[in-house]
Amino acid sequence: MYRYNDFDAAFLAERNAQFRAQVARRIDGSLTEDEFKPLRLMNGLYLQLHAYMLRVAIPYGTLGSAQMRQLAMIADRWDKGYGHFTTRQNIQYNWPKLPDVPDILDALAEVQLHAIQTSGNTIRNVTADHFAGAARDEIEDPRPVAELIRQWSTDHPEFQFLPRKFKIAVTGSPRDRAVTRAHDIGLRMVRNAAGEPGFEVLVGGGLGRTPMIAKVIRDFLPKADLLPYLEAIVSVYNLLGRRDNKYKARIKITVHENGIDTVREKVEARFAQLRPLFSGVDQQMLDGIEAQFAPPAFRNAPVDLFEAAYQTDPVFRAWADVNLTPHKAEGYAIVSISLKKHGATPGDATSAQMRVMADLAERFGHDELRVSHEQNIVLPHVHKSDLPALYRALRDADLATANIGLASDIIACPGMDYCALATARSIPVAQEIARRFEDMKLEHDIGPLKIKISGCINACGHHHVGHIGILGLDRAGVENYQITLGGDGTEDAAIGSRTGPGFAYDEITDAIERILMAYLDLRSDPGETFLQAYRRVGADPFKAALYEAPAEETREPAHA
Amino acid sequence: MARRPFTPKVITANALLEGDVVYFTAADVWTRHLAEAEILTDEAHADLRLLDAARQADQVVGPYLADMAEGADGPQPTHFREEFRRTGPSNYFHGKQAEH
Ligand code: HEM
Ligand code: SF4
Repeated sequence: MYRYNDFDAAFLAERNAQFRAQVARRIDGSLTEDEFKPLRLMNGLYLQLHAYMLRVAIPYGTLGSAQMRQLAMIADRWDKGYGHFTTRQNIQYNWPKLPDVPDILDALAEVQLHAIQTSGNTIRNVTADHFAGAARDEIEDPRPVAELIRQWSTDHPEFQFLPRKFKIAVTGSPRDRAVTRAHDIGLRMVRNAAGEPGFEVLVGGGLGRTPMIAKVIRDFLPKADLLPYLEAIVSVYNLLGRRDNKYKARIKITVHENGIDTVREKVEARFAQLRPLFSGVDQQMLDGIEAQFAPPAFRNAPVDLFEAAYQTDPVFRAWADVNLTPHKAEGYAIVSISLKKHGATPGDATSAQMRVMADLAERFGHDELRVSHEQNIVLPHVHKSDLPALYRALRDADLATANIGLASDIIACPGMDYCALATARSIPVAQEIARRFEDMKLEHDIGPLKIKISGCINACGHHHVGHIGILGLDRAGVENYQITLGGDGTEDAAIGSRTGPGFAYDEITDAIERILMAYLDLRSDPGETFLQAYRRVGADPFKAALYEAPAEETREPAHA
Repeated sequence: MARRPFTPKVITANALLEGDVVYFTAADVWTRHLAEAEILTDEAHADLRLLDAARQADQVVGPYLADMAEGADGPQPTHFREEFRRTGPSNYFHGKQAEH
């Protein structure tokens, strides 16, 4: 894992001291809110519906046990004993008090974490595949490159006042677990004809009000050219991006209005100017960073304990079948810990759970944890012989829900329960849908399914790329929920299409159930996933189930 | 264009230090309880009171006029957003609902 050097530590200490003085001046009245707001946002501090909200970056989602324990300590000492893990690999605290925030930032700095550039029109936390460094299908660990991008982008003087916020995601695997196609810049590691690793560079993806899938700006970018090329893209956007209209300011609009060919020409021209200015120091830095991301010393041991538990304990087996992913090292597995117990708030972990996960990472997982963009926690490197013990410990902490990738593994933004921008609630909708499928015992039969919910058009819950997306709206002072179908956040990314009129708060769970009952009826065989079925038959049968079925009959099949 | 008739309002904001929801009273102080808020039924008066409230910018952030209905127990929210602001989140018993 990347360790801060003296420069990094001094930089954070100085930033925190500066912010401490700014908070003091706001409280004593020498700064107005108008003056203070941009300063607090530069340090990740929002003011939400019921309280302040502090957003802490977890770079490329990677955490050590000590960092996780510190997050738990902060939750206990300055918040209400829990934290909310988000789709951009951040943790959000929902209840900090303004006078405490400087102390919280200092506590974060003790473990090399911060909240810088987690808000504002700047390059945000760089996200990456949550299985990075562990996935069997990986070309290379994308995190050293993500760390290089972080160092380049943090406090970059030219990019503090971009037209709008700017998000970069990186994946080292052909299977895209970082939603690269819905980011301002997506980097997908590929190999060229000579077998050398480099990047396919995507630009202009984004969700929100005008969702768009990113376009390829470069088929193959050698690794050594990465920073100058990124700098070229961001500087072209900085000039070309619209500042007249906030809603048209994202790079996706720049690409849409100018065309990808024009943008590419300008970027390549700028790249030609910038390339010679990068003397190679960045590559020396990358070498140093790569050394810090060396894989842990994997051990060679028998997996009998795992096999025995798998054969004899059906509950363990059900968990193992759903929550484990193949690891690149023999005898190892990637463990996903669900933060989506049925009826719980998606993405929330209590401080006690954070400590359990930190302990387990230390005991069984080479001291590493990840935050996934799906609001779960991952232990990337666990030897299979440790899985039965790990499972028991997770179960005792209420963390062993076997639902990764299933109907109840729902992404939900904070919505109207916390967010000042929301038009409707998201969390209780996710809770009710999860409980419904738990009651019906159908989610294993339904199989892989991504339901994603946002409480407003900003799409923080990624609803556009959900197989089933739900968007909460305000219809004349009443919560109303619009459904989209067929979205996909992977390498085959697609934006879902709207089914038709929305549903009331107390109708939405039934509506989702009708869609899934229709899927169970029409799938060609149990192996055909919801998304495959949707792609085969189109939206009509689902619309029919949603809008034409008589209300009383629709629930029948579920309980028959 | 016909103007919509003025409907009753209260002044609300977030407290500077804690960030929680507060309401402006007739006595020019901020309260945590909606029932104690001053109800404003005259548009010109409401605008003046908002100016009074905004002068206390060292205590609160973002004061605005929120729609209310006049109930027996004082102002009642007419929109679900104000209902949630007066209550707290629905997933935990946190915020205002836990303070009583
Ligand atoms: C509660 C405080 C939050 C606020 C005020 C907020 C604000 C916003 C806004 C204004 C946008 C639209 C930006 C644009 O289109 O230019 C946005 C998009 C987004 N936010 Fe949030 N957000 C919040 C929480 C979250 C959380 C909790 C998550 C993760 C669960 C998240 C992840 C995202 C994502 C993925 C997008 C879409 C990115 C894109 O436009 O391509 N946000 N957010
Ligand atoms: S989608 Fe809307 S409601 Fe949900 S967190 Fe984002 S801004 Fe808030």
